[in-house]
Amino acid sequence: MSTWDTDERTALRASVRRFAEAEIVPNLGAWEAAGALPLELHRKAARAGLLGVGFPESAGGQGGTPIDTWVIAEELIQAGGSSGLVAALFTHGIGLPHLIEAGDPALIEKVAKPVLAGERIVSLAVTEPDGGSDVAGLTTRAVRDGDEYVVTGAKLYITSATRADFFTVAVRTGGDGAGGISLLLLERGMPGLTVSAPLQKMGWLCSDTAELTSDGVRVPVGNLIGTENEGFYAIMGQFAAERLSLAVQAYATAQRCLDLTLAWVRERKTFGRPLSSRQVVQHRVAEMARQTDVARTYTRAVIDDWQAGEDVFRQVAMAKNTAVAACDFVVDNAVQLFGGMGYMRETEVERHYRDSRILGIGGGTNEIMTEIVAKLLLA
Amino acid sequence: MNIVVLVKQVPDSGSERKLDPADNTVARASADNVINEMDEYAIEEALLVRDREGGEVTVLTVGPDSATDAIRKALSMGADKAVHVVDDAIHGSCAVQTSGVIAAALQQLEYDLVLCGAEATDAQLSVMPALVAERLNIPQLSGARKLTVEGGMAKIERQTDGGYWAVEAPLPAIVSTWDTINEPRYPSFKGIMAAKKKPVETKTLADLGLDAGSVGLANATSKVLDFAGRPPKGEGVKVVDEGDGAQKFVDFLASQKIV
Ligand SMILES: Cc1cc2nc3c(=O)[nH]c(=O)nc-3n(C[C@H](O)[C@H](O)[C@H](O)COP(=O)(O)OP(=O)(O)OC[C@H]3O[C@@H](n4cnc5c(N)ncnc54)[C@H](O)[C@@H]3O)c2cc1C
Ligand SMILES: Cc1cc2nc3c(=O)[nH]c(=O)nc-3n(C[C@H](O)[C@H](O)[C@H](O)COP(=O)(O)OP(=O)(O)OC[C@H]3O[C@@H](n4cnc5c(N)ncnc54)[C@H](O)[C@@H]3O)c2cc1C
Repeated sequence: MSTWDTDERTALRASVRRFAEAEIVPNLGAWEAAGALPLELHRKAARAGLLGVGFPESAGGQGGTPIDTWVIAEELIQAGGSSGLVAALFTHGIGLPHLIEAGDPALIEKVAKPVLAGERIVSLAVTEPDGGSDVAGLTTRAVRDGDEYVVTGAKLYITSATRADFFTVAVRTGGDGAGGISLLLLERGMPGLTVSAPLQKMGWLCSDTAELTSDGVRVPVGNLIGTENEGFYAIMGQFAAERLSLAVQAYATAQRCLDLTLAWVRERKTFGRPLSSRQVVQHRVAEMARQTDVARTYTRAVIDDWQAGEDVFRQVAMAKNTAVAACDFVVDNAVQLFGGMGYMRETEVERHYRDSRILGIGGGTNEIMTEIVAKLLLA
Repeated sequence: MNIVVLVKQVPDSGSERKLDPADNTVARASADNVINEMDEYAIEEALLVRDREGGEVTVLTVGPDSATDAIRKALSMGADKAVHVVDDAIHGSCAVQTSGVIAAALQQLEYDLVLCGAEATDAQLSVMPALVAERLNIPQLSGARKLTVEGGMAKIERQTDGGYWAVEAPLPAIVSTWDTINEPRYPSFKGIMAAKKKPVETKTLADLGLDAGSVGLANATSKVLDFAGRPPKGEGVKVVDEGDGAQKFVDFLASQKIV
């Protein structure tokens, strides 16, 4: 029995599966058409005790480790949810950690508790129109004026922004480069803060994404998250969790598509025989299974080492690329084996095919991951 | 308010269930065992009453070692503690004998209200609340779709085909519940973690002051003598539509006494 299948985590999986089957699977199509999740789902997930897992009880969470959070993500996807759903329902997974780590009781009371209760939504806004990969080069400015910061700049591709009440925003408070960045909490309704209409995307259709523009937004200094000019290190501190989270979503999506494909090839007959009787099909699903298994096993091993406190910065980058590559391969082959049906909106693998395309772009692109691996190898 | 919920572990009604040909009892070892579905509603109702009235919810199970899984689930939903009566001699007991074990266990507990599911999906006898009520000499309110507890009384809406009866009884009483009564909660992460630390007391027949001769297959008041599998499905009937398909279809349903 691995750390991922203890009695408690098996019980957690059963609860998550029930929640997914009752609350998510029947509604996901409608939410994709609407382009967003209803706040009611956040409330229900909070009541079911899912939203706050991985966050300390003192901040309104349920306790538990990142592994518990990822057991939930795995099961949500494998029960018929999607990575888009996980991104939208758990946006606080990237929006809250810095704030909770910083430990300001007033901000925890105001932001973390209502968010983990499913009553409010928080987004993380780092990426800018001029560049996402180069975080240290961001240009949104926050200038101190008395006991306020005056914020000006644009943030792009911000998950859940059209629904968010709070935004954890990376701003430049100091000089150029990594040393001049801070995190500020911006709030819906602050004069000068506007959120664009939802951006029209390839996938993650149930997850709204928007541009955030700050034009002289006055933010009280009390909304500073952590220490001034140390924001880059706070962001870096979350890199491992964010990347591993995307790796988990990638192999879970692959597993789901493999499961759907195995059922399909047994059922679908061409030329009088099930597809599963053809050797090319057999070998293809075997390869899908191999890549999925390797991605999961490697990613979980890296996670276990990370949890044990080892330095796994390079391995995290390799895990993300491994899981993303496996997922790309599996979703593509799933759609292929579904034939014309795989191209239809009503078919679940079609959603995963579109949704998974972002996994190698968000949270550090494939190329940036490879850069990290190369740099650390040759350092 | 002290509430005891009777919980039974049964083979999952969603997967294949068997009798053991060796002694014609339910094959539990090979089955996918789960908490009896109707009991989840009784547990939920107990938690709701506790949350309104205060007090404690105790889970009471009579069953083999493996029934600890059902107990854990009940505790992870939020019950406070559990009593597990486990004794090899109980194997094969009939409902009448089992009710004696449950009643003896209840007599060692403090209770104002006993809750249980209206039926178990394995034997579907639906007699346990009546048997236990008789043994303990307390009122039975069976088949509730709604329960309120106030002023020392339990009041239920007893579900019937056409509607309900309003029935009430003084506490302590035993109430059985249908799946219309509430929506059982999912065990939350916190609940699952907390369940590990909740007390589970194991009792044997000797602890309950019962004689092994009063239970077990050899002394059961009823026995399964024989059983047979369901006959294989026959060939279906094909209705060819020659313009009169609908009529033929209705005739078929009528001939089967379905309409
Ligand atoms: C659906 C969606 C949701 C998102 N949600 C959020 C969010 O909630 N919050 C947030 O802050 N951001 C979010 N993002 C932004 C995401 O993190 C960025 O898109 C990502 O970091 C890539 O940045 P970019 O789009 O600016 O691409 P660029 O950085 O412009 O990169 C373009 C291409 O060039 C490559 N490249 C860049 N630099 C190098 C280099 N040095 N060497 C080799 N190749 C290079 C990249 O790998 C990529 O292929 C989201 C994006 C999407 C699409
Ligand atoms: C957008 C769209 C537009 C279309 N337009 C038209 C149109 O205008 N007119 C029209 O007639 N049709 C049209 N089609 C249907 C299209 O031609 C079929 O989808 C295509 O021929 C594949 O057939 P299928 O979907 O039944 O897949 P299947 O035949 O079921 O194949 C499913 C998978 O199994 C594989 N497979 C099947 N048999 C074997 C075998 N013996 N050995 C190994 N692998 C096998 C296939 O390669 C595929 O990967 C359209 C389809 C789409 C999606």
